[in-house]
Amino acid sequence: MEIRTKVITPDDKSPSHSDEFIKGLWRENPVFVQVLGMCPTLAVTNSATNALAMGLATCFVLVMSNTLVSLLRHAIPQQVRIASFILIIATFVTLVDYLLQAMSLTLHQALGAFVPLIVVNCVILSRAEAFASKNSVARSFLDGAGMGLGFTLGLLYLGMVRELLGSGSLFTFMLLPDNFEKWTIMLLPGGGFFTLGLWLLLINHLKRRKAQP
Amino acid sequence: MNTISLTPLSSWQLFRALVSIGVICSLLIVGVFQLTASTIEKNQTDFFNQAIAAIFPNADKKIGYKQLDNGQLKELEQQAISEQQLFAIFNNKHQLLGYIVKAQGMGYQDTIQLLYGYSPQNETVNGIKILSSRETPGLGDRIGKDENFLANFKQLTVKLTSDKSHILHKIENAKPGTKNRPWQIDSISGATISSRAVINIINISANEWIPLLAKHAETHNVGN
Repeated sequence: MEIRTKVITPDDKSPSHSDEFIKGLWRENPVFVQVLGMCPTLAVTNSATNALAMGLATCFVLVMSNTLVSLLRHAIPQQVRIASFILIIATFVTLVDYLLQAMSLTLHQALGAFVPLIVVNCVILSRAEAFASKNSVARSFLDGAGMGLGFTLGLLYLGMVRELLGSGSLFTFMLLPDNFEKWTIMLLPGGGFFTLGLWLLLINHLKRRKAQP
Repeated sequence: MNTISLTPLSSWQLFRALVSIGVICSLLIVGVFQLTASTIEKNQTDFFNQAIAAIFPNADKKIGYKQLDNGQLKELEQQAISEQQLFAIFNNKHQLLGYIVKAQGMGYQDTIQLLYGYSPQNETVNGIKILSSRETPGLGDRIGKDENFLANFKQLTVKLTSDKSHILHKIENAKPGTKNRPWQIDSISGATISSRAVINIINISANEWIPLLAKHAETHNVGN
């Protein structure tokens, strides 16, 4: 597993803007390839709605913090950069917390303690340190959006499987018949590990098959 | 890995950089707080009013109370809902329907906060609403969703002893499907700890509040 942290200079043969966006969705997906930010990935994916909300909240913080870090990258001294990044990330997490409460109290209660914990999601700090602090604002914005949506997709994949097997529904619509014996384990943290393991197995299998024609 | 070369900077420059970022961040936070504060307050009030309407469908007016150190109840002026612990609920004929009490206590994972209604003329608890809980999804969190469990609290006897100082029968936990007394609760199978926690919270709070409320209700016209 190799994550690109190289400094891109204008005369480099730099990847296209669309590539900065697309890499987070699949090739460097934060959940399935980098395996970062596992705390929310395992904890809040017991329903598809929670997974989607958590993913989008993280995506918002990621895009905004990447953009602001990149804007300020020449003004932030190397010696205090981590402190500055965390301050910026924590600010946007606080904003998300207020915005979520204003949008839906029920959703805010469902995500509970995990919204403040977005601050310590290492996907966000790693993108600030490895990418946004070295790249232009446009590239950082696209990188944040790609990684954020990739993270959301990863959470959604887990959330849909867990909700379907654990509650028999998808986005709270009952899909499976009443006589389906629900797998309660899927709603508990253990089920999160099982589902993540199975997804990693499937994705690595697909990758390997692609590599050996 | 690139080696990062550190340009020597004076403390003042580092200080200035950090403080400037801090100022930008605080402006952002305060701005968004100001923008969202009224909506958040409105959401909380709506949520609360819906909970009251579910317990007392004829509710028209509510008065908030707070307990003073000497045990007396004091009427509160219009205040944020989060600061009030007790409401008297009236219908549109100014008759007292009952009381809504806020209670909280330890659940399986974290504090459970709930509301329950007390009707002095029937001497019953007549409905509960879980305000916030962090019980296990799919198991314990059914205390707020399971209709059969919540129905237990709609006509739950909390008669007082003859001297009106205590509740005659404590609310009891019954195994699922074995409820045979009006003060028993059919707990949820698979969520025993969370069901017991809810019963416990109401028991403790009811023992403290209901003697007081029954006395307070004597000074009002009661209605349905």
